[in-house]
Order: sequence, then structure tokens, then C-alpha cells
Amino acid sequence: MATPTVPASAPPAAPAPAPASPTAPAPGSAPAAAPVLVPTAAPASSSDPAAAATATAAPGQPPTSAPAPAQTPAQSLPGPALPGHFPGGRVVRLHLVILASIVDSYERRNEGAAHVIGTLLGTVDKHSVEVTNCFSVPHNESEDEVAVDMEFAKNMYELHKKVSPNELIQGWYATGHDITEHSVLIHEYYSREAPNLIHLTVDTSLQNGRMSVKAYVSTLMGVSGRTMGVMFTPLTVKYAYYDTERIRVDLIMKTRFSPNRVIGLLSDLRQVGGVLARIEDALSTVLQYAEDVLSGKVSADNTVGCFLMSLVNQVPKIVPDDFETMLNSNINDLLMVTYLANLTQSQIALNEKLVNL
Amino acid sequence: MLRICQGVLLSGVQVVLKIIKHYQEEGQGTEVVQGVLLGLVVEDRLEITNCFPFPQHTEDDADFDEVQYQMEMMRSLRHVNIDHLHVGWYQSTYYGSFVTRALLDSQFSYQHAIEESVVLIYDPIKTAQGSLSLKAYRLTPKLMEVCKEKDFSPEALKKGNITFEHMFEEVPIVIKNSHLINVLMWELEKKSAVADKHELLSLASSNHLGKNLQLLMDRVDEMSQDIVKYNTYMRNTSKQQQQKHQYQQRRQQENMQRQSRGEPPLPEEDLSKLFKPPQPPARMDSLLIAGQINTYCQNIKEFTAQNLGKLFMAQALQEYNN
Repeated sequence: MATPTVPASAPPAAPAPAPASPTAPAPGSAPAAAPVLVPTAAPASSSDPAAAATATAAPGQPPTSAPAPAQTPAQSLPGPALPGHFPGGRVVRLHLVILASIVDSYERRNEGAAHVIGTLLGTVDKHSVEVTNCFSVPHNESEDEVAVDMEFAKNMYELHKKVSPNELIQGWYATGHDITEHSVLIHEYYSREAPNLIHLTVDTSLQNGRMSVKAYVSTLMGVSGRTMGVMFTPLTVKYAYYDTERIRVDLIMKTRFSPNRVIGLLSDLRQVGGVLARIEDALSTVLQYAEDVLSGKVSADNTVGCFLMSLVNQVPKIVPDDFETMLNSNINDLLMVTYLANLTQSQIALNEKLVNL
Repeated sequence: MLRICQGVLLSGVQVVLKIIKHYQEEGQGTEVVQGVLLGLVVEDRLEITNCFPFPQHTEDDADFDEVQYQMEMMRSLRHVNIDHLHVGWYQSTYYGSFVTRALLDSQFSYQHAIEESVVLIYDPIKTAQGSLSLKAYRLTPKLMEVCKEKDFSPEALKKGNITFEHMFEEVPIVIKNSHLINVLMWELEKKSAVADKHELLSLASSNHLGKNLQLLMDRVDEMSQDIVKYNTYMRNTSKQQQQKHQYQQRRQQENMQRQSRGEPPLPEEDLSKLFKPPQPPARMDSLLIAGQINTYCQNIKEFTAQNLGKLFMAQALQEYNN
């Protein structure tokens, strides 16, 4: 009876409970079960039937433990090695767009609202869930109750689907640094839309002086036959970028350094200059390290030494004459192209003048 | 009251990121992806705060109503306090070929409705090369006037004194972030240690250059065809003038003869009916082509400048090595 039938009301924990064995290696990392907040007052620990490693929860919770262990153990392991209900594995890959949008909608929230919530859209592949888009949903929150405008959410989702039909609802996000009771309710709302939801929190109130981004998946816990509680288990968050995004991000990061957070787009040669400056910085760090090692301040590390060696050797050794010819021919090509471009431009300018006579 | 837009402020990282993402997911190859820009006007700057993409036109979605989609989006966005003022639109481009009639028309209709709207052109291929290529354009007031008249004949264009350089004006773009986003940036710096990709410094650029030149050559071909057409038109007109002249002279001679013979002179016939003037070729297209060629040339020059710099660097490195 290790695999109970979880009551149908609870979404994510429902599917085929994983056989207990694969969880065996995992429990080694289970001790890290700490940061999960549970709305129901049950002990916030991951219960694990097979090897009740840290489980302060009594093994007398077989019903929930079967679904739970497949999810709870590997929080620190981004392991796809887990079969079972959460097909996305343990890793959530976030695109930067999401975070930027969340922060932006937080800044635009209504007066008096403490935080904002919204839907996450994305795709699932076998190793991870990739969240690529999001939109915010208006909601009202008071002490006792929470009202979420699901109609709105549905509408927006339809609209978004028209543009990118591959994106499915993957979960929802909320700002604020902790999980509250409201979260459970909202999670339930959302679970009616899609299975296997992810819950993302972005701490815009900057607790601990940092903006932490965390992702959770909910699991059931409790004693079977009674009311089931929901527990949120953390997932690893990784950031994914498209190549072009990376370049943008680099540019945007520069705004951190300017006083009024403004930056203009650079023109051609200056961009090369910018990238060069960065390489220069990297090189000076390396040089510093080398000098430290030489003067004995830092102990020499062989692997780093190997890297440095390959770095220096990467400048190709070409016979100077050959290099001269290559260089000259390339420069000639470029100069010719520039000349032709200028010629064309003057040609069309001339044409204009003639035609307008 | 004409408010001239001095610059475009992209506030919100997410505008740029969304545009990039949209292109990445939707547009591969030569298709363009388009979308709408939302924001507001602050003094003399146009501030863009959000955007949303437009779905592609698919054949099996014949009854898809663009306007409705837009209205719904804007309404929904208003609920969450996002600026829902339409201030422009964006489009991706393939190697910089965006000066087309369609663009002109769209931009004109936008600018007609909203004084300060711009079109943001995003060049993904150039961005993949290492440098973000995002430019904002508006139509010059002169061109606006001409478009309003809907009169593209050569006389009107000459009157407006429009050359291809005066068609679009580029508006400088500035990116601004809020404090919270700055915090986010610092966070990410710590967390995502992804290796830098120095695409910009790669010396293997002949492919890109080749493609650019190819497109340029195509355009120049079109241009020359246009010029040939124009030349034939000129020749035809002058020939016609001659014919008219001859006809008139003959008429006069005949009339003199008749007078000397005492017969009534022949009536002067309406010359314009006899000799219909040839149609002047449409000037707008050639203007557009010229503008496009100009853009290509600019791009190429920028590109070659960068490459020259890189080559000299490589040379310095080699010298040092030896």
C-alpha cells in the first residue's frame, strides 16, 4: 500500500507515484528540506518512506510520502534522474524577460496592493521547464480572502496563445518573499487550469538585502482520509538566455554604473572598444594572479596554470610574411568595399539632383 | 502644436527583451515579426514602457481580426496599470532591408494618428554578431505632407524638395532602468555566471559582408532599371515636344498657303489631344530604393570600420608575438 491513490482534488501529486527505490540515493540531500513554508501547521519536512533520513515526520505517513519523496529530496540536485509526476525534473529555466516583467508590474501595482501575481507561460521538455513569458493578473487581497480575476487570466492566455501557440501555462508568480496561505488558495485556482504548476516568488521587498528568486512546486501532505495540506517544495532556478539576449543583457548591465541609470546605444567602433575593455580587465586579473603566484602570495594551482598555458598558445604562430599578406588582402577587401559603398551613395545623390532638375 | 520628438527613452528592460524573444521564437528566415509599442510622451521624449507582439498572418486564420486582438490586449493591459497608449510599432528586419512601401504606409498611418510615433527596427542578425542593433525612425515632416496629399507625382516631390536622405529621420535611443531593475541586475550578476561570448571580436565576417553586398547589388539593379525607365520617359517627352513643334510649323505653313490661296484657314486643333503626353514614372519607388541603398551603404561602412579595427588589433598581437 505504498502507493495510495491521492484524492483527486489535489493536482500535482496525483500521478503514478514513483516506486520507492529511486528515492533511495536522493535522501542524502534531503536534509536541506528546510526553507519550505507550510500553511497547515504540519512539520515542514519531507517525509521519506524508504530511508527516513531526516524525516521528522513519522513514517506513519505513507500515503503522502509516496508522492512526496519523488519531489522533495533532490532540491539541490538538478537531477533529471527522477521519474514520476513532475516531468520537468528539478530545474526551472527562467528567461530574463520574466523577471523584468515581474519587477515592472510590481512597480506599477495599484495603490495599497502589497504585491502582484500573474501567470507564467512556457514549455516543458524532458529535463526542465522553460519559462519564457508571463503576464500579470489583477487580484485583490485582504486578510481573509483572495480574489483573482481568472476571467482576465484566461483572456490574456488566449491572446498570448495566438502569438505563440507553443506556450502553455506553467505556473504563476507572486512578489513577496514568503509563501502565505493565500498562495495555497491561488495555487488551487491555477491548478484548475493546468497540471504541474510552478510557483515563483520574487522578493521585491528586498529582505535580507537581496532580491531572491525562488521556485516551488506543491505537494500534498497530511494524513490520508483527512484534510490534505499542501506543501511547497523548492526547485532549482537557472537562468537561460538566447544568444542575442545575452548581448543585450550585457549592455543593460552597464546601466548599473551610470549615475542616472541611463545609457545610450553605442556606435560601431565604440562597441568594439567596449568589448576590448572587458577583455583588458580579464587580462589584468589574470596577470595579477600570475604575479601573485610568482611572488609567492598565492599558491600555484596546476589547472589554472594549464589554462593559462593554452591561453597564451592560442595566438597562432604564423610566419610573418604570410600574415602580412593575409592582413593586407583583408584590409584591401574592406577598403574596396568602403570605397564602393561611398561611390554608390554619391551616385544616388547625383541621381537625385539630376532627376529634380 | 507640433511637438518634435527629441529622443526615445526605452524604459524597461523588458521592452527590448520582449522584442528579442519574439523574434527568436517566431521569425526565422526572412519573415518579419511585428508588434506594437506602448508608452507615453514625456516632454520632448517618447518613453516606451511596454510592448506586445502581433501574431503572424496565417492562411488558416482568415477571420482573425487584428484590430480586435489589439483592442483586447490594450484593454487587458489597462487592468494591470500598464500604459496602454499606442506610441509606435516595431519590426524586425533582414540585413537592414526595411525601407519598403509597406513600412512607409504603416508608419504614415501611425504618425498621422499620433504625432510622435516611431518605428523601431530591430536587426537580429547584426545583434547576433555582437552589437545590439535597434534603431528608431520617424518620417520627416516634409514626407508627411506629401503622403497626406497622396500625391506621388514628380512635381509634387520636387516641390517638397524631398531627397532620399530626407525620408526618414533617426531618433536616438536611450535605455533607462528603474532602481529595482538595477537590483535585479546585481542579483543576476552573482547568480548567472555565464561565459561571455565575444562574438563581436570574431574576424570571420566575410559571410555577413557578402550577403550585405548581394542585397546592395540587387537594389542597385532595381535602381538602374528605374533609371532606364526614367530616361525613356525623358526621351519620349522630348520626342513628343519635337513632334508637336513640327506639327505646329506644318500647320502654320499650311495656313499661310491657304491664306495665299484665299481659303479659310484650318482650325487650330487641340494639340494636347493629338499628342498625349507620356506618363511620368512614379517617383516614390525610386526614392524608396535610393533610401534603401543608402541604408545598406551605411551598414556596410559601419561594418567595415569595425573589421578594420579588429584587423589592426590582430596585427598588433602578431607583432608582439614575434
